[in-house]
Amino acid sequence: MGDFITLENVEKVFQVRRRTGLWRRERREVRAVDSLSFTVARGEMVGYIGPNGAGKSTTVKMLTGILTPSAGRLRVAGIDPARERTRLAHRIGVVFGQRTTLWWDLPLIDSYRLAHRMYRIPDARYRQNLDRLVELLDLGALLDVPVRQLSLGQRMRGDIAAALLHDPDVLYLDEPTIGLDVVSKARVREFLREVNAERGTTVLLTTHDLQDIEQLCSRVMVIDHGRLVYDGPLAGLHEAGESERTLVVDLERELPPVEVPSARVVRVEGPRQWLAFPAGQSAAPLVAHLAARYPLVDLSVREPDIEAVIARMYAERTAP
Amino acid sequence: MAEGRDRRIIEGVRAYGLIAGMWVRSTMAYRASFAMTTFGNFAATFLDFVAIMLMFSRVDALGGYPLPEVAFLYGLSATSFGLADLLIGSMERLGRRVRDGTLDTLLVRPAPVLAQLAADRFALRRLGRVTQGALVLGWSLTRVDIDWTVDRLLLMPVMVAGGCGIFCAVFVAGAAFQFLAQDASEVQNAFTYGGTTLLQYPPTVFAKELVRGVTFVLPLAFVNWLPATYVLGRPYPLDLPRWTAFASPLVAVACCALAGLAWRAGLRSYRSTGS
Amino acid sequence: MGAGRLYTAVAAGGFRRYATYRAATAAGVFTNTVFGLILVYTYQALWNERPHLGGYDQAQAVTYVWLGQAFLSTLAIGGGGVEDELMERIRTGDVAIDLYRPADLQLWWLAADLGRALFQLLGRGVVPFVFGALCFPVSLPADAGRWAAFLVAVVLAMLVGFGIRYLVALSAFWLLDGTGVTQMGWLLGYFCSGMLLPLNVIPGALGEIVRVLPWSSLLQAPADILLGHADPLPTYLFQGAWAVVLLGAGRLAQSAATRRVVVQGG
Repeated sequence: MGDFITLENVEKVFQVRRRTGLWRRERREVRAVDSLSFTVARGEMVGYIGPNGAGKSTTVKMLTGILTPSAGRLRVAGIDPARERTRLAHRIGVVFGQRTTLWWDLPLIDSYRLAHRMYRIPDARYRQNLDRLVELLDLGALLDVPVRQLSLGQRMRGDIAAALLHDPDVLYLDEPTIGLDVVSKARVREFLREVNAERGTTVLLTTHDLQDIEQLCSRVMVIDHGRLVYDGPLAGLHEAGESERTLVVDLERELPPVEVPSARVVRVEGPRQWLAFPAGQSAAPLVAHLAARYPLVDLSVREPDIEAVIARMYAERTAP
Repeated sequence: MAEGRDRRIIEGVRAYGLIAGMWVRSTMAYRASFAMTTFGNFAATFLDFVAIMLMFSRVDALGGYPLPEVAFLYGLSATSFGLADLLIGSMERLGRRVRDGTLDTLLVRPAPVLAQLAADRFALRRLGRVTQGALVLGWSLTRVDIDWTVDRLLLMPVMVAGGCGIFCAVFVAGAAFQFLAQDASEVQNAFTYGGTTLLQYPPTVFAKELVRGVTFVLPLAFVNWLPATYVLGRPYPLDLPRWTAFASPLVAVACCALAGLAWRAGLRSYRSTGS
Repeated sequence: MGAGRLYTAVAAGGFRRYATYRAATAAGVFTNTVFGLILVYTYQALWNERPHLGGYDQAQAVTYVWLGQAFLSTLAIGGGGVEDELMERIRTGDVAIDLYRPADLQLWWLAADLGRALFQLLGRGVVPFVFGALCFPVSLPADAGRWAAFLVAVVLAMLVGFGIRYLVALSAFWLLDGTGVTQMGWLLGYFCSGMLLPLNVIPGALGEIVRVLPWSSLLQAPADILLGHADPLPTYLFQGAWAVVLLGAGRLAQSAATRRVVVQGG
């Protein structure tokens, strides 16, 4: 019962036809998802990440019933998504980050009224959910505004509310903070945490923003080339990928690469140098060391991004 | 099984109504544009008929049919097609939705995709075409010499409904084809707009093989040619039993069933290949 | 020299862009052929009743039908030229970027549209025409001179066609929603170019009027040269005059629009 989403050896194979000459075509099999198995418990918040084309969105499409798996077993809330698409639709909420499902020319509230009727939400329940979502997402002043006049952040909040009106058990979010400013991002994250705590909604999040994961998910799954290459806490991901942070140092003038223990210079560009050091290590001693020996102008620390972490993981996994 | 199908149909009609209603309200946000495009729709189809009237300014008959009789065919064809276009004309946008990925947003909603897609961009401005067809039909009825019997009278609404059903099937089949060839939405125009244009002229104008094709292969002839020639008391170029004049509803049901199967196959292939 | 090369490159780009949509091209060829078939039979019926209608014999009328199908997408008479993209750029404001390019807006789009037209003529126009010529009795000239004269008229028709559609597109600077205008544009074009009925068949004052409107440069003018129904020189003069007037008007509208964009600050 604990396992709410279950995948057992799920595969998705596409036939890709490529034009190789003027008339010749080549058929090739692409394994977008390759014997993928995992489970997600009710109420978990999981980050699902990977480089573009790794199989992320194919997995989500199979979980939402859009695509049929080529092989394997897949269940969401006990439902086979491919066979019972419409029954599943009542149990899930989906937010596509870059594609709004709100009605462009109509006031926001109209989109919610449509959901009310399309999902057959009981009146009392609808009113209660709407009130709560409007409060949490601060939508009160926006309900009568046509969607086309909303800012990107406001629209995203509107989209998330639309996906939650029918009390779904699972919420799929595809890049929910893409393109949002810092304040909007913080708001969306805060809200997701609250919904998860309040209703026990299971959340599966695909994102390129490492901070989304850091602030929301206790668990991360990394997919690459259609396979699960990591499943565990985010901290472990840094370790597994032996990721490095970067210290960007601006010196007073052009100098030969600086020498510091436990960090190495990876790039020099005029008076600016880039130093890589293990993500688990504090930057403070490094800075102290540098400040004592070199003429510093400015410093900044760059966090590893997901792509870099995964790239490293992958490079190591395939290395002999 | 049958019960499940009935439920799906009811669900589909309900979802269609909900979404179409939303689109009507959306278009009302731009009233001026709505008025202009409705008029445009009316005028576009009206020019079609102007061309026919201009032809008749130079000749007295076309394929043996005088102007009122051609107008009778025209009005029936335009009305049936206009109704189908009003109801589900937006299905021709399927290819675009597959390409830009917005079809997926329909697949995560608890309603049949066909109904959601048919209601997509529902536009009352298409009433312009229906109105124009009905006006021409009305005008022709005042001019044409018909020996009105009960069966001929009954045949009129049956013909329009059956014709609308046949054109709906063409729209659905065309959309199903776009699952295979997303860029080839224009093929559909040959059968929809091409079909209605063809049926506006008397069957006697066309080569026998073409008439056979649209009678037996793609049965567009049942939209108006067969029933209308019976109402007008004229011979049909092919030797067919008299009851075929009344077969439009049956043909429409059969076409819709086939188109429905094609649609399901198309959607299944989309869900297994993801475009 | 540099400018010439730039616009040639733009035209080549326009050609290639449309050439990538093979399925769409095949679909278009099919549809044009079907419409050609329908029209051919109605025209044959019409000319059976009234031989030499509008001065054409039946074979000439059939040729006219297939020329129309070949030109429909080439001259974007029913829409589908570069004006769709230009209007979209005006609507989204991207056109401001175009205005800062070191190239002339009108020439840029003209080059792109000529590239498109050339592709549509070869990719979509030739096949229905050849089909029609093989399956129906047509009237085609044997001497190369007349074909050459015809091709010149086709190029002029492309210029006039662009001139009309450029004006339609620029209306998007002033109107919020351009769908109404575009629809009216192609409606008028469809009728007044003679796609529905050859213009020399249209009787009375209406015929007199449509024959001097710019749209008659599109299909009627080249068709009359090919069918030996008109002398090239006066036809060129007529087409050329309209091209100059329309492109000039486009230029005026463009500078007015540019001023507007600059005032609004992009």
